[in-house]
Amino acid sequence: MANVPEDLHYSKDHEWLRVEGDVAVIGITDYAQNSLGDVVYVELPKPGEKFEAHESFGSVESVKAVSEIFTPVSGEVVEVNESLSDEPEKVNEDPYGAGWMIRMRMNNPGEVDSLLSSVEYEEFTSAETE
Amino acid sequence: MINKVTSHISQNEHLIFERSQGGRVGYRLPPLDVDETPIDELIPAELRRDDDLEGVPEVSEVDVVRHFTRISTWNYSIDLGMYPLGSCTMKYNSRLNEKVARIPGFANLHPLVHETDAQGALEVIYELQQYLSEITGLAGVSLQPAAGAHGEMTGVMMIRAFIDARDGREESAKRRTMLIPDSAHGTNPASAMLAGFTVKAIRSTAEGFTDLEHLRELCAKGDVAGFMLTNPNTLGLFEKNIREICDIVHGAGGLVYMDGANMNALVGVARPGDMGVDVIHLNLHKTFSTPHGGGGPGSGPCCCTKELEPFLPVPRVVKDGNVFRFDYDRPQSIGRVKAFYGNFGMMVRALAYILTHGAEGLREATEAAVLNARYIAAGLVSDYDKPFEAPPMHEVVFTDKRQSRKGVHTLDIAKRLIDYGFHPMTIYFPLIVQGAMLIEPTESVGRQELDQFIEAMRSIAREAKENPDLVVGAPHSTRIGRLDEAAAARRPVLRWKPKEAASAA
Repeated sequence: MANVPEDLHYSKDHEWLRVEGDVAVIGITDYAQNSLGDVVYVELPKPGEKFEAHESFGSVESVKAVSEIFTPVSGEVVEVNESLSDEPEKVNEDPYGAGWMIRMRMNNPGEVDSLLSSVEYEEFTSAETE
Repeated sequence: MINKVTSHISQNEHLIFERSQGGRVGYRLPPLDVDETPIDELIPAELRRDDDLEGVPEVSEVDVVRHFTRISTWNYSIDLGMYPLGSCTMKYNSRLNEKVARIPGFANLHPLVHETDAQGALEVIYELQQYLSEITGLAGVSLQPAAGAHGEMTGVMMIRAFIDARDGREESAKRRTMLIPDSAHGTNPASAMLAGFTVKAIRSTAEGFTDLEHLRELCAKGDVAGFMLTNPNTLGLFEKNIREICDIVHGAGGLVYMDGANMNALVGVARPGDMGVDVIHLNLHKTFSTPHGGGGPGSGPCCCTKELEPFLPVPRVVKDGNVFRFDYDRPQSIGRVKAFYGNFGMMVRALAYILTHGAEGLREATEAAVLNARYIAAGLVSDYDKPFEAPPMHEVVFTDKRQSRKGVHTLDIAKRLIDYGFHPMTIYFPLIVQGAMLIEPTESVGRQELDQFIEAMRSIAREAKENPDLVVGAPHSTRIGRLDEAAAARRPVLRWKPKEAASAA
């Protein structure tokens, strides 16, 4: 069973989001990394780039395929996890910790309310695997 | 214990660098019979290496020949056995095609020779254009594109040029959306992007077809230039609503591009032009049995309706009376897309394939390709999850859903297939099917071999139940076992270094 921490918010595209003031930390979920398989390359935006909600902000390449990753909310990138360029395996090993991808200053923290809770996300993924 | 004098072909072969013996040479130069020129006058010292060629292997001719001959025995090819890569159409390349492509008049013809001295070659191009036109039901053909994705880009550039001419540049600039199903080959969106379009994905239904409601919804926005559809689609299913799809797109002012990657299921039976398709590319290296993959090059002819014909690349090859010539006078053409006239050797092979089969033979090949895929579908459906109900065309998709409950995944099944002597099927494509295994036997495989393949797959399904570790650890009978694909992609070793340097790095 995939690990779904209770204190995070989730998107239907399998990203997680942690609120730290007006900044959101974003990565992909344990379920997502498990379906992708071994991640070999992560393409991330540059700090300063602005995104609408549900926009593609980069891609994750695994041994199986290249998948786009989407912003759960709108905002401006303030920091990206540079270490993933040398150690993409962190996305597999620690998706909610060392495998984080970007920190984004949110335009509207209220957008977080439209995301799934851990319970809802768990229901969503168990429906997908049926 | 015996001392083996020759290494067996199944054993590992050292790198050519590691075969090096100090002082060994491949060729001894004859004594110099002209005046010697000091090397400094020929190559400045700063451009010369000063390490006495350290690291360059010192080997004899026979060392080199044996080294590469041994390595060549590790290849797997269509000449050795079945190659069921779905979506790739790895059909047999007949020896006759190879023979005619090597006729000196074809093989040694210089592309810059005057057209009066190349009438035979131009006739091959012209004849092949005529046949492809008849096979696709589309009037205009260009053989220039070098391969499938290049044919796609040529086709979408023609769509753009056509709409520019039809609507004027200003209006045309508002039509920059290309619709593409989420099951498509990745080259489709790439080609559309390169031609200046924005891509929107069309959902597939649970049955595996284009979602018509979603198509109508996106077409209603008024900015659609075209729709790129593979038919049969990448799930191996014939888009039975193709007429309606074409009507919807045409009604919205767009054009229909068909990716002809899967024409092996249609040749001689159904024609894209009759379905309402405006432009298509063919893969001669799939459908018309020219070499494929590393053995290429490919060839991706573009075929289109009469309305789009003025936009085809120049030069066109035309026939005036009994004379063949290049026609550059096509003011609306998108221009040249390839140096010279395309990959000519592939055209000779494809024409040979068409002529040796004839109309009846081409139809039989198509029927056999579909029958073979359906035979595999029926043979495996009780052991593997088949996600789509509709009967498959030339290829069939299964998933690892049942096996993954025991921890056996698609990759493991593919690797285990190697132990049974088969090349694995295509895996993890199409992307919209989780754990996809896409199997395409082609018409080149006989019933006995189909049965062997089915038996191998059923046996792997049994192993996955009874002894999952056996499958997860596969392959076991090969020269080397399971490779760490993730490490190879994360930390690739791209060049040889001397041992000391490698360990120091």
